[in-house]
Amino acid sequence: MTLAVPTASAAVTTAAGSHGFLSPTGVEIAFLLVGIVTFGAAIVTVTTKQLVHAALWLVVALGGLAVEYLLLTAEFIAWVQVLIYVGSVVVLLLFGLMLTRAPIGRSPDADSPNRWAALAVAVASAAALVWVVVDAFRTTWIDLDRAADSAGAGGGSTAVTGSILFRHWVLPFEALSVLLLAALVGAIVLSRKKNAEPSAPAGVSAGAGAGAGAQEGTR
Amino acid sequence: MNDALDVALRLVVVFVAFLVLPLVVGQTEHKVMAHMQGRLGPMYAGGFHGWAQLVADGVKFAQKEDVVPADADRRVFQLAPAVALLPYLLVLLAIPVGPGDGAVGAVVDAGIFFVLAVMGVGVLGSLMAGWASANKFSLLGGLRTAAQLLAYELPMLLAAASVAMAAGTVSLPGIVDAFEWWWLPWQIVGALVFFVAGLAELQRPPFDMPVADSEIIFGAYTEYTGLRFALFLLAEYAGIVVLCGLTTVLFLGGWHGPWGADGLGWVWTLLKTAVLAFVVIWLRVSYPRLREDQLQKFSWILLVPLALAQIALTGIVKVAIN
Repeated sequence: MTLAVPTASAAVTTAAGSHGFLSPTGVEIAFLLVGIVTFGAAIVTVTTKQLVHAALWLVVALGGLAVEYLLLTAEFIAWVQVLIYVGSVVVLLLFGLMLTRAPIGRSPDADSPNRWAALAVAVASAAALVWVVVDAFRTTWIDLDRAADSAGAGGGSTAVTGSILFRHWVLPFEALSVLLLAALVGAIVLSRKKNAEPSAPAGVSAGAGAGAGAQEGTR
Repeated sequence: MNDALDVALRLVVVFVAFLVLPLVVGQTEHKVMAHMQGRLGPMYAGGFHGWAQLVADGVKFAQKEDVVPADADRRVFQLAPAVALLPYLLVLLAIPVGPGDGAVGAVVDAGIFFVLAVMGVGVLGSLMAGWASANKFSLLGGLRTAAQLLAYELPMLLAAASVAMAAGTVSLPGIVDAFEWWWLPWQIVGALVFFVAGLAELQRPPFDMPVADSEIIFGAYTEYTGLRFALFLLAEYAGIVVLCGLTTVLFLGGWHGPWGADGLGWVWTLLKTAVLAFVVIWLRVSYPRLREDQLQKFSWILLVPLALAQIALTGIVKVAIN
């Protein structure tokens, strides 16, 4: 979504007098509500004592993010978010949980003494992200109605995202794909090394390879 | 026409199709399987060749007690059938049946990604059911479902990516619009990979390892009764409709036909979808179930390389044409 903003100049203006920062249009209200739901689901994900429930709340949080992308007219990013995170990553997570242990009810050991360190890291990274985004898009204003009207030329449409990605951001894109490829090869090497010792279950390595493969295929 | 009325009308039409088409496929399966096995199949319900058998089944399911096992995770257990069924309704919205904007529930810009993403969500329903039932057979079924999804999602995506490359767009109506007859031999490998991977994602025979009734008693659905079980069955048949419709739209040219594409395009779409649904049923009658390791091998050693080869071929031809 952020990548697509520079080209969609037709639909982007600055938040001058015409727009207040919190003029409550329907989309903005929906955006806020979905944001609250997403945030709540994320909080429950990390605080719940039931392992599988955490994974399912993660689905809600990731789905909420996809809806936020949709509301910002970034359709392509939204569906890729659902496809990769909800469809592959969470399934892989559930697979791992079921394969190792998936108790119904509370797991008393689902707590970590590192809680405060984790909280500090989370707050720090959230602050960094918010600061970067606010600094980059301080007064940029996306006219959602106009972006959605000119179908196909909207700020977040597949065509715009694709041309931006492959014209302006090809190098980072390729660097990322090489990184993912390295991770894929690394995963295969690691799983084969384990197999040389007494046989590890074949399903695990196949599943892990599948998850990485799915990401590689859809990147 | 009034905008709101237009949207409401489309939603109603898609919803009716969602309720009727899976039942038609289910009834066809009863009859086709029976005749292939030298039986008659249902003959009494409704009078004429047992046409109302599934309606009677529905009434029976609705009357049964809805049991939740004592040790189960109640809420997840009860939510699972809805999670399994609803995605197919959403996918059906995006499948175009005829030319123009009038013949599709909703025009989705990134249509291929939408349908594949939402279909993947449906599998979460089986996983939730498998875990929440507190039953070993269910858990095994859930595990097999997850392993199968991870193995077959990739070739399905790659095959779909090939046809998107050929058409130069990821919107479903756009792909059908761009279709030419010679795409059929050009994309045939991709079509086969897509269809087979889709079958595996629906857990239809010969890929029904996760629900193998003779080994793990219907896997994730072991503990379900009454309406919730019926919803899972409905999800399976809605999945057949969706998969056949998608294969038709992506690889077989949708509403294109030798004649009558202007007024009767939707007939071609339905006809092709019906033929594919017949093939799905045929496969169920004729092939034995694959073993789990054969399943994984089949995807990683055969389907993924085939899909990659198809993508390479698509790229080469595309560059050569331009």
